[in-house]
Amino acid sequence: MSFAGPLVWAFLVGGFICLVGQVLIDVFKVPPAHTMVLFVVAGAVLAGLGLYEPLVKFAGAGASVPISNFGYVLTKGILDALQREGWFGLLTGVFEVAGGAIAAAVVFGFFAALFFRPKG
Amino acid sequence: MAVASMIPVQAAAKRLGHQSMRFETAPAIIASASVVGPREGQGPLGRYFETVLEDERYGERCFEQAESRILKDAVNAALGAAGWQETELDALLSGDLLNQTVASNYAVRNTKMPFLGVFAACATIAEGLLVGASLLEAGLAARVVAAASSHHEAAERQYRYPNEFGAQRPPTAQWTATAAGAVALVVPATGCETAGLPRITYATIGRVVDCGQKDPYDMGTAEVPAAWDTLVAHFRETGRDPAYYDLIVTGDLARIGSEIFREGMRRRGLEVGSRHVDCGVLLYRPEQDVHAGGSGAGCAASVLASYILKEMRAGRFRRVLFIGTGSLHNPVSIQQGEAIPAIAHAVAIEA
Amino acid sequence: MPDPEQARQREQAEFAALAAQYHPQPPLARNLAWAFVVGGLICVVGQLFIFAFQAAGLTATQAGARAAVALLAVGSILTALGVYDEIGRYGGAGAAIPITGFANSIVSPAMEFRTEGLVFGFAARLFSIAGPVITFGILAAMGSALVRFLLLGR
Repeated sequence: MSFAGPLVWAFLVGGFICLVGQVLIDVFKVPPAHTMVLFVVAGAVLAGLGLYEPLVKFAGAGASVPISNFGYVLTKGILDALQREGWFGLLTGVFEVAGGAIAAAVVFGFFAALFFRPKG
Repeated sequence: MAVASMIPVQAAAKRLGHQSMRFETAPAIIASASVVGPREGQGPLGRYFETVLEDERYGERCFEQAESRILKDAVNAALGAAGWQETELDALLSGDLLNQTVASNYAVRNTKMPFLGVFAACATIAEGLLVGASLLEAGLAARVVAAASSHHEAAERQYRYPNEFGAQRPPTAQWTATAAGAVALVVPATGCETAGLPRITYATIGRVVDCGQKDPYDMGTAEVPAAWDTLVAHFRETGRDPAYYDLIVTGDLARIGSEIFREGMRRRGLEVGSRHVDCGVLLYRPEQDVHAGGSGAGCAASVLASYILKEMRAGRFRRVLFIGTGSLHNPVSIQQGEAIPAIAHAVAIEA
Repeated sequence: MPDPEQARQREQAEFAALAAQYHPQPPLARNLAWAFVVGGLICVVGQLFIFAFQAAGLTATQAGARAAVALLAVGSILTALGVYDEIGRYGGAGAAIPITGFANSIVSPAMEFRTEGLVFGFAARLFSIAGPVITFGILAAMGSALVRFLLLGR
């Protein structure tokens, strides 16, 4: 397995996705929080179109680290559950893949709140 | 003028036009004091401040309590410099940016000072001076202190994002100063030596002006039309022109707002030129990463209480027009799509 | 008699035009370069985590999920130490868009509002920035998955 190739593609694709975000902020004056929302929605739409999975296969972390990946894994979880359980899967599939990241963030936030104070 | 005719004849001489007033007694500024944070202490005015904090928290549990304490320290330092006891003070007029001006409210709890809360955002100290001087002029008080404060981290968490959130700031953004300033006023007849002290001679009450500017990261621009409005009224109603003053001090339009301000004054035939300075520009060095400059109620208050008044006492400036400018929005009004209304109050200080 | 509302709007438009002449644009080239490099480097770190977990014998999917949690931990620690806001100041979207930025958006209010108590401070404000991301993510994913499922069945 070659390491250099995937690392270069992760850097280029991941960097490019962030560059698009910076264009939204600086040129189109979208606030940072709104930019994050747009990327998640874009990830979900691309996943529905079947485009995000090939991008992850190609760019690895370059596509799976940006927040747009969150929209992709949410969509993927719902699609899997829809096939497995039928219509109720539309609800139960939401956190199937994405739940781990949210649970981890809650735990990290909890310990940070207990042991650290903002420096400013 | 129907309204003017309702004012008693004697008062009419003090009231000039629609917005301005003349103080016959010319209340004297007997003392002033300022307390600032570490970043402000490293700025160009560092040596003018009474106290410079080593850290923004000031040993307190939260940033709001730190702000209350620097305000209290500034007020006490001004009282000390004036040689007054708390019980001798007839009124403290103070305000800040925290919800319901709690920094001021908590700073004076369980003290002996009669307290009037005032709010005009970054123009708070100007409003305090104007109202305080009016109390003295009317003979309803003999000794008053006007004060204001702001705290960078306390303001960030209330108005913008959590302090550790990694948001990028645009070039128009201003840095809320961690600073407090207090100014002690007295009627010259109260028996103390007031010769040579700076005196408040005129004031112009501002009107709330909304220029349609909605970007909360660009408050300096939003405040410019309010400053124009007040200054046009001031010069028309007092019969003075900009050349009368050694120094025209705005607080705080910051760098970008100051340029728009000067151009607009030029177009109104009121060239301010190099006699104009801005507290938000004076407080920091350009390389201190504060973008357009400083802001916050404590910015104008601390710059006035330190650099401006000390240099007046040293004789470097004799006639100063101080214009506090404030943005009167809150986070909810911005999210609801409202523009930023602004106000400017002018106070003429002459030595 | 001129309409006062029209006059006010004209005045505001004139002011906006004057103000625009003095408004600096953000340093676009510098911001884009920083966003590209910072965002790219965070993704490289993510790829290294994926390699490490794969070397430990995990499948690609398992390794990806664990790498995400590892990056969340890194973003959380840098936020707790007061470093991530500095990265964000230069990196802009390069710091906000990667999953480390998601961690920053949750951990920073958690620390900030702890002074208002565990319930209304920490817990209630935890998702004050990330909440919209999750909410719209779920709504968009539901719509997107539903359309795809109806059309393709998979």
